[in-house]
Amino acid sequence: MNKELKYSAPTDSEVILGILNNSESALKRLYIAYFPMVLQLIINNNGDEDDAKDIYQEAIIVLYNKVKAGDFELTSKLKTYIYSVCRRLWLKRLTQLNRYGGDIRDFQEYLPVDDEVELHNDRDIQFDKMQNALQLLGEPCKTIMEDFYIYNRSMQEICERFGYTNADNAKTQKYKCLQRLKKLFFQQK
Amino acid sequence: MSDYQLLEIIERYLNGEMSQEERIKFELLRKENNQVDSAVKEHQQFAGLLKQYAERVELENRLNAIHEEIDVHTLKEDLMVHPSWIVQLWRHHHSKISVAASIVLFVIVSIMYLTGSFNNNNSKYVELKRKVDRLDRSNQSLNRSLHDIKKNAAVEKYSFTGTGFAINSNLIVTNYHVINEANSVYVQNAEGKSFKVEVLYTEPQNDIAILKIVDTAFTSLSTVPYTFKRAKSDLGEDVYTLGYSSDSPVLGVGYLTSENGVNSNDTVHYRISIPMNPGNSGGPLIDNKGNIIGVVNAKQTQIEGAHFAIKSGYLLDAIHHIPADSLARRVSLNKKNTLAGLSRMQQIKKLNDYIFMVKVY
Repeated sequence: MNKELKYSAPTDSEVILGILNNSESALKRLYIAYFPMVLQLIINNNGDEDDAKDIYQEAIIVLYNKVKAGDFELTSKLKTYIYSVCRRLWLKRLTQLNRYGGDIRDFQEYLPVDDEVELHNDRDIQFDKMQNALQLLGEPCKTIMEDFYIYNRSMQEICERFGYTNADNAKTQKYKCLQRLKKLFFQQK
Repeated sequence: MSDYQLLEIIERYLNGEMSQEERIKFELLRKENNQVDSAVKEHQQFAGLLKQYAERVELENRLNAIHEEIDVHTLKEDLMVHPSWIVQLWRHHHSKISVAASIVLFVIVSIMYLTGSFNNNNSKYVELKRKVDRLDRSNQSLNRSLHDIKKNAAVEKYSFTGTGFAINSNLIVTNYHVINEANSVYVQNAEGKSFKVEVLYTEPQNDIAILKIVDTAFTSLSTVPYTFKRAKSDLGEDVYTLGYSSDSPVLGVGYLTSENGVNSNDTVHYRISIPMNPGNSGGPLIDNKGNIIGVVNAKQTQIEGAHFAIKSGYLLDAIHHIPADSLARRVSLNKKNTLAGLSRMQQIKKLNDYIFMVKVY
């Protein structure tokens, strides 16, 4: 049953250094190396390839954030870590969809990773709220918020882009937009 | 200072756009003024979240781009665990297999029909008596002889129990199968007192037996509270029974499910749906108004949840058939129902004195 997967995987420390240095190629090698393993897990446990993509990307994000936050200690193989996170996430998803039959077919060893998955879920909920709030905010507020808070553009640039007559007007507009965004964000349950 | 101005100052502070002097002043204000401090924290958190959100979106886009390059379809084919040949056979040919199975089933059913397998009505009855098993019985007779030797009082061991109910001041009706082959029969009332009875009359074909209390310690019962209904009862009628399936009377509630018993030829029985236990045999079947409509008698093994009761008409006939010479005077049945207006709880309270455990030695 357990087919060995043979792909040239990057070494674990290569991956971690790569993520820390924002290396696109390291991310890509990581992604390609372990996707088949996760695909195998999901499609043999009531899922399809789109589920596998979702779950796998979530797990990569969990790993990525953990490495970036600087608290990733390599206590097991990276492969085992990714598998464990995917397994946990998939079990959770199956339960939510009422598709979980109480049994999962495993292909790898795994570790308990409940805390990390919980943390990730909490953050995901916040991001979902932010996405909704930004969508509800509408233009031009959305672009002003993105330009100022995400791309760190100066008020001067923003002023020119939106054709405000002076920087004070732009600032007032930005202030109003931010207040609305906060309101939209916090009133979501 | 307005919120608008405060926000501007906070942003300058967080972005490190303040001069040294301004900075120290603002930090002092933060320490003194909780409101300012929490506003700074809140804004810092919110702006941070906005930024992290953007980073997440960007990372997702990068991952999606990488994903595009993977040939998921081929991988999927390779990685699917292929089920065993029998499952594959089913997946590919299930329609054909189903058709074949249906035909086979149809043929079997037709053959069974043509050969008359379905007309076999020998449903097995399980008598509703509590039968203490044979070993126990031989053991017990041994015991009894032992006790006799020791000149002890009568042994409180009986081999069967059923239920019986009064039809007048000293006659009790139960099932024939309960008292069949008995050496001696006793009835025990709700207070736990036992009285010797003698079998006055039996109708084995309808499984009815009428007992007469002959014990000298027995004082006649007062008039029974129920009446006996001769007319047929209707399907769906709520009915209940009280029976000694344990040492105290147990209530069973249900409804009439058929006017006929085992099959349409069996007009002696009602079919009823009531949870029942051994020991219920011989108990009264009572409708909501407190009329006796039957005598509970047997349990069928082949039909789930089906029990039977002898229709009260047959009971009335049996009472009528009691030979005149075995009675001092004709049996007169109660014509006045005192249960009709009562709730079931009150009915049962009144009934208790007229329902007996039949013990067979």
